[in-house]
Order: sequence, then structure tokens, then C-alpha cells
Amino acid sequence: MANITESLNNIRILDELAEKKTVIHNIHPLMKVLVTIVYLIVIVSFDKYQISGLLSFILYPIVLMALGEIPYGLILKRTLIGLPFIIGVGMFNPLFDRDILVVLPWAQISGGWISFLSLLIKGGLTIIAALILIGTTGMPRIAEAFQIMRVPRIFIMQLLFTYRYIFVLAEEVGRTVRGYSLRSPNEKGIQFIHWGPLTGQLLLRTLERAQRIYQAMYCRGFTGEFVGGSQKKVGLKDILYFIGWSAYFIMVKYTNISTQIGRFVTGVVK
Amino acid sequence: MHMADALISPVVGGTMWAATAGIAAYATRKVQHELDEKKVPLMGVMGAFVFASQMINFTIPGTGSSGHLGGGILLAILLGPSAGFLTLASVLMIQALFFADGGLLALGCNIFNMGFYTCFIAYPFIYKKMMSKGYSKKRIFIGTMISAIIGLQLGAFSVVLQTLLSGKTELPFQTFLALMQPIHLAIGIVEGLVTTAVVEFVWRTHPEIIEKAAVGDALGSISIKKVLVIFVAFAVIIGGGLSWFASSNPDGLEWSMFHASGKEELESSSPVHQTLAAIQEKISFLPDYGFKESVDEAAATDNGESEIINPGTSVSGLAGGAMTLLLACLIGMLINKMKRINKGKLIVSEENDV
Repeated sequence: MANITESLNNIRILDELAEKKTVIHNIHPLMKVLVTIVYLIVIVSFDKYQISGLLSFILYPIVLMALGEIPYGLILKRTLIGLPFIIGVGMFNPLFDRDILVVLPWAQISGGWISFLSLLIKGGLTIIAALILIGTTGMPRIAEAFQIMRVPRIFIMQLLFTYRYIFVLAEEVGRTVRGYSLRSPNEKGIQFIHWGPLTGQLLLRTLERAQRIYQAMYCRGFTGEFVGGSQKKVGLKDILYFIGWSAYFIMVKYTNISTQIGRFVTGVVK
Repeated sequence: MHMADALISPVVGGTMWAATAGIAAYATRKVQHELDEKKVPLMGVMGAFVFASQMINFTIPGTGSSGHLGGGILLAILLGPSAGFLTLASVLMIQALFFADGGLLALGCNIFNMGFYTCFIAYPFIYKKMMSKGYSKKRIFIGTMISAIIGLQLGAFSVVLQTLLSGKTELPFQTFLALMQPIHLAIGIVEGLVTTAVVEFVWRTHPEIIEKAAVGDALGSISIKKVLVIFVAFAVIIGGGLSWFASSNPDGLEWSMFHASGKEELESSSPVHQTLAAIQEKISFLPDYGFKESVDEAAATDNGESEIINPGTSVSGLAGGAMTLLLACLIGMLINKMKRINKGKLIVSEENDV
């Protein structure tokens, strides 16, 4: 139960954040989607032993969260929730790759630990990028970007439908499961004999609802197409946003700023 | 079995996106040709249903643990393969965006792994074949169970292959396979049991819903040949082309860089770089400590392994990392501070206006 309520709240919080009016929210959704794609590609293209080069990429989420007024804690918490699979697969790296790769004055670190850490950083950064995209853009505007990217309309329409009805159906599922749990205390979930009837009833109700929705839409002149309002045009600031970030990503990919700073600092300090 | 962005290479991610986009384009065309507009809301609402019902905990008898519904095979049974595939794709997209369940770059992999095998392999070749002899409780049970298990097994195998080709983890192929397949056998059995329970219930109460979908009356049947052609084409790309990339060019950007400029990395030979390097060397007290290892380190990153990074480079690497993070945080704090000041000014000016 808590799971359903929590999931709905998660969507709602991001939905509300996307409604803010900040400089990041005002950037054209297409450019935000494209910048996110470039960011993800550049990050995953890093070598598996690379750590220092990745650190410069943290600037992007920090700047976007600051400018877009996205709470750091919320994104961080969500990111941690998304990491287990990466940890599950990556934790084998230290076991299989035991060759010493880094020698510190006080310790020796194997390649496996370095690649594991690199994987975690990549995982964290890529998850954060996706969350920031949705938190500063919102589903309807991402759909707008998809439309410009020539994603088939039928898919976009269906995506928006699914998104809209998640709230309705998840609440219905929540109510049903709550009702069930009140009648069957000490049960952790739905008992085997009720799997079919409970989920099946929900499914039948869903199908009836789909029918009613279609009829309501048909009455309002739905002919299989969504009629959207006027779309925002891509402006100069949007293009600059894309070029600026892309240039930064490619620059820090090929010039390891972190290492340069490190060499400079250790050189000066010593 | 959601693949994460961090676990895939750009080449694997890109190829799987292309494969998924190809299948989605085919499915879209199919849906557009064979569906009336009535079915779009149905697909949307069914997507939301699968999303919501994934949150229900089903108690597994005799184990004390609980399982969940995946929904791929259920969508294929209720909507047909094309509409089912598109619906599952949108569910996975929403999960990736809002719940960090699999990344955006890995979304192509995830849609393929969870949608293609269930909708375009398990459904037409197992479920539909079995139901062609007519519906019965037994056939629904066997057909759904086998479809769910095979769909998940193929998906899990795909995850292993994609991870292996990406080369981001050290997990040996056989070990990963030995971990993934049995886990997904268990998940597949639960998925099969839940789906059977639902399909069987709906069939008992409203047989026309299940039977119409399978015959293709409501949603149209599908020519599997074209889909298989797309699949085979991409299998060739992945099997042939990709394995070559994966071994000789682990880094897609470096590969494209090599083709664009003839070099794998940009060389810093410009006068500006040289001047800066000279300045750097002068102001560093122990230039040898940090700088001379750059060749070693470059070799280490190029080979992706073997070269040991010595203490000097490591220490400067750590210091640099810490400084970069600090710098990034400072920039963030600065922006926050400026925003607060601006907001304060705005409130003051509004009060003055009043």
C-alpha cells in the first residue's frame, strides 16, 4: 500500500516541480532533451577505469538544480533508490579484477574497485540527468519535444494517456488493495486464490473505463488526433543552451579538468 | 531486469535504440492501419493499468515472499503484439523518467528486452499457437506460463549479452548467465501464474475480450515475418559489427573522433596549450611529481587497463577530484545565493509598490 501511495507521490512531486517558472523551465523542451542525450552519451562513453574525468560532469546537475530550483535532497534520494541494480552487477568487478591499478602513499587499489566506483558515478550522474529532465520539463512538454523529433503521434498520444491515467488507476488499485488488506489482516500481499479475481476485476473496470473515456472524447470531437495548442518556437537562447552545454561536455571529456586542477594544486602545494 | 545507463556502452545503447525504434515504427504502422481510434485510449488506459498493478504484492504460496506483475505478456494477450509492444514501451519510458528504473540511453535495451520477446516471440509463437486449437482453462494455463517464462528467459539472456558487449563490468559471461537465468525463471513463473490467473478470470467472465484479441478481430493479427526480418537485421549488426566495436574500440566517442580527425584523442599541440604547459611547469614546485606520468596515464586510459597509476598521479588525481567537486558545489551555492538575493529584491520592490 505504502508502495502505491509513495509512487504516486513521487510522480506528483516531479510533476509539480515541472510547473515552476525558472530560467531552466523556460528552455525549449527539445533542447533539454537533446542536452540530456549528449550528456548521457558522453558519460557512458568514458573508459571503465575513468573517475577523475567524470567528476567535472557534476557541474551540469548542480547548475540545473540550482537554477531550476530542484531540491538536491529529493533528487539524491531518488538516485540512491535507482542504484541497486548497478551495485548488484558492479560489485563483481572488485572480485574479478584484482590487478593493482592505483598506488596511493597509504594504500593500493585494484582496478576492480576503480571500475566499480566509476560505474557508481556514471550510474548516479545518468539517473540524476533523467530526473532533472522530467523535473524541469514535465511529461506534456517532453511529448512536445518528441513530436518535433518526429516520434509517431500515435505513440505520443498513448504515452500521454498512460501518464494521465496512472494517477486515476493507481488510486483505484490503492483503494482496492487497502480494502483487501482491511479484510485480511496479517497478510503481506494478495493471497494466491485471489490473484485472478482481484486483478481481473480491476482489469475489467479498466476496460470499461477506457470505453467511457473514449465515448466522452468522441462526444467532444475526438477523431484519433490530439489537437495541441500553439507550440513554443526554438529561440536563440535555447540553441545557445544546447551548444553551450554540449561544448562543455565535449571539452571536459577530452581535457580532464579535474586532473589538471589536481596537478596544478599538488604541484603548487608541494 | 531494467538495464541501467551506466552498464551499457554508447554503441550497444545506440544499436538497441535503433532496433527498438525500428520495431516501434513497424508496430505503429500496424496499429495505425488496423486500429480504429477507439483503441488509442484503450492502449493508454491499459498502460496505466499495468503500471498500477505492478505495485500489487502477490503473496507466493509456501515461500513467505511476494512477487509482481511485469505485464508484457498480459498486454500482448489483451491488445495484440503491436499495440501491446507500444503500450509497454510507454510504461517503461515513464518508469525510466520518474523512477530511475533503467536509464534513458538504456531504454532501447529495456523496451527490446521486455517488449520484443514477450510481444513478438512468446505471444505469436507460443500463446497464439496454443490458443489456435480453442480456449480451455488448461491451454490458457500452459500457453501463458510458457510464454511468460520464455519471454523472461530471452529478455534476461539479452541483458547478459548487452552487458557483455558493453564491457563495463568484469562479470564473466557464464557467471552472469548462471545468475540471471535462474532468477528470471522464478520471476517468469510468478509472472506466468499472475497472468494466467487474470486471463483465466477475464476469460471466464467475459470470454469475448480474450478471444477477440487473439483472433485479431479487435486489434488485428500481425505478420510476424517483417518483424523477424528487422530482428535478424539487428541481430547481424549486434553480433557482427558490435562485437568488433566492443573489442577494438570500447569508446564510441573515441572511435568517431578517430574517424573525424584521424586521431583517437585531441592532441594538445597548439601554442596556447604549450604556453600554458610551460607556465604550469614553472609554477609547480615539483613538476616531475605530477606531470611526467601523463604518458603513463594516457597509456592506461587508452588501453583501458594494465598500466599502474603511481602515487604522484593518484594524489594529484584525488586532490583534483576533490577540488572539482568543491568548485561545482560552490557554483551551485553561488547560484542559489544570487537567486535568493534576487527574490528578496523582488519582494522588497513589491512591498514598495504596495
